[in-house]
Amino acid sequence: MSGSETADAQIVVDNLVKRFGSFVAVDHVSFRVGHGEIMGFLGPNGAGKSTIIRTLCGLLRPSAGRVWVAGIDVARDPERVREHIGYMSQKFSLYRDLSVEENLRFFGGIYRVPRAELPERMRFAIDMAGLGGREKTLVATLAGGWQQRLALGCAVLHRPPILFLDEPTSGVEPTSRRRFWDLIHTLAADGVTVLVSTHYMDEAEYCDRAALINQGRLIAIGSPEELKHTALGGELLLLECEALGPTLAALRQAPGVIDSSVFGNAIHVLVDNAERSLRELPAYLEQRSLRPSRLQRIDPSLEDVFVRLIAADMVKRSEAA
Amino acid sequence: MRWRRLKAIAVKEVLQTWRDPRSLMIALLLPFTQMFLFGYGVNLDLQHLPICTFDREGSQLSQDLLKHFQASLYFAIVHNVKAYPEIVAAIDRADCRVGIVIPPDFSERLNDSGTASVQAILDGTDDNTANIAFGYAASVVSGFSNDVQLSWLDRQGRTLQQVQPMTVQSRVWFNEDLVSRNFIIPGLVAVIMALVGAQLTSLTVAREWERGTMELLVSTPVQSSEVMFGKLIPYLMLGWLDAAFCLVIAVLWFEVPFRGTLLTLFLTTTLFLAVVLSIGYLLSVVIRSQVGASQIALVVTLLPTTLLSGYVFPIDQMPSFIQDVTYVIYSRYYVTIIKAIFLKGAGISELLMPILFLVVYAVAVVALAARAFRKRLD
Repeated sequence: MSGSETADAQIVVDNLVKRFGSFVAVDHVSFRVGHGEIMGFLGPNGAGKSTIIRTLCGLLRPSAGRVWVAGIDVARDPERVREHIGYMSQKFSLYRDLSVEENLRFFGGIYRVPRAELPERMRFAIDMAGLGGREKTLVATLAGGWQQRLALGCAVLHRPPILFLDEPTSGVEPTSRRRFWDLIHTLAADGVTVLVSTHYMDEAEYCDRAALINQGRLIAIGSPEELKHTALGGELLLLECEALGPTLAALRQAPGVIDSSVFGNAIHVLVDNAERSLRELPAYLEQRSLRPSRLQRIDPSLEDVFVRLIAADMVKRSEAA
Repeated sequence: MRWRRLKAIAVKEVLQTWRDPRSLMIALLLPFTQMFLFGYGVNLDLQHLPICTFDREGSQLSQDLLKHFQASLYFAIVHNVKAYPEIVAAIDRADCRVGIVIPPDFSERLNDSGTASVQAILDGTDDNTANIAFGYAASVVSGFSNDVQLSWLDRQGRTLQQVQPMTVQSRVWFNEDLVSRNFIIPGLVAVIMALVGAQLTSLTVAREWERGTMELLVSTPVQSSEVMFGKLIPYLMLGWLDAAFCLVIAVLWFEVPFRGTLLTLFLTTTLFLAVVLSIGYLLSVVIRSQVGASQIALVVTLLPTTLLSGYVFPIDQMPSFIQDVTYVIYSRYYVTIIKAIFLKGAGISELLMPILFLVVYAVAVVALAARAFRKRLD
């Protein structure tokens, strides 16, 4: 699926620039998110993911470029946008000194959820977060995963068509993370458009499309499959050996090798043509007295793609500078 | 402005204040401690001031004079010493504040020339007390001197009227006994309202910024006026409660006369609370730090209310440029109002001018506070 082609894009970002003084946090970013799509924002800390999300929520004013959410120009009418969105900020921002129920009732009031509907919506949020029986518990005493699910519950209480989730799974244990993504998928299946940022590269697999952001720029965007097969710009080999250091050095000079990097106790080698390299590399290494115990073609993970793309982006920038 | 959202904010604020020991202390304990601390501590009346006497003559007449001191409400004789150094030592030890020395030739000079001197040694480290004590001592001596004169005239067969054709008789209104407590405690209510009001609201917005809850709040459709009134209304109610505490303590415990109506007190106190609560809120919005905002709130509310409102220090005795400054001190108007309500029983019609000033102030600060809050992070 390719949301960029859909006419009813819920989020449109056109050449967005955000500067803080002389620091450029977001540098000419453009993308669209379609109805009911899950768009993942990936990138290292400080890449500008939060800044883009805050701009989309109308919390920051764009320095240049335009942003539409639910068809509304955010810079022009931020208040109207806020009726249509739910937001989970990066820092936990529910009231820790209020109970589960009190937080939900508070946001129900703020979003003016119809009184007749509120008990049912609160029930929904409590069940979704798995907090049944803990309605009176103070939020401060809940574990991280529960807190995050409650924050999601508060964000969807008023049935917003668009959700912005800024690193909702950071600091949450893996099983809770998995469960959180299941909730996101359930919401998207109901037609909610979700823009979610994360610094866990593996979570990109759960998204319909993922955008990779580095130092304020969008360096790749596409479905996980598209990114794996096109964004890498080559094919991937796995190499296991004893002498990691000398092998890595030798590989960097080898013909047909674009890049190589250490992954755990193995080396991932990016080559022009996997079949030719599988034939030629063992001999090349043998000449240098290096004998890999294993050499085979592998499917790239998104992490390979991102590590490669970010490294290439860094090289490009340092050359430009 | 939507009532539903305003109520959601107000309810949340009440719950948070209720669960925050620091806010509760400010709201409920501070008025009590301040009331008793200042009610007893700030006392400009001198009564039973400890003195020591050194009667170098030991005559009937000198003992009569000392009896006058003993009988006076202002003094209490704690030592009768036998030598000068003992007076010095007693003053040094702060056993007494005044030493009265009667010279050895006291009766002799009084009988011979009709005049005699008595020495008063005053502890000048507290010049205010020393001045007042000196005044009292002089009046005790002059009372004694009148008695002496009377008995002398008696012996001459003349009456007082022939010697003193005119006397002044003063009558004090509103605070008949000139008890400084009656004058201070109504003003103290203003000080406590200023302190408590601005302290509570100075925390409220800054707390949300510090805890990160503000980021979520500003992403919702809530309007800044709803945030402001939702946060001010619970504290206004707390302010009313505190004012009621203060009134009860003032009238029942300190027995300050209350001659006005509760309605006048309620209306003017609400106006004053609107000013101080909005000042605290404004600071909290602008400074975004609980510590910073509450410190500055102290400086802009407690200090001027204590020093420049006429609560203890009379404005007409200040240098003229300071007097001009006091016109912008909002508490000046409330102190005027509350003293007039307590002691004179003034109603709204008599207090129109200061009430008008408070209204202008309240509207200005509320408008400023409403504009200061921005639903943006940059």
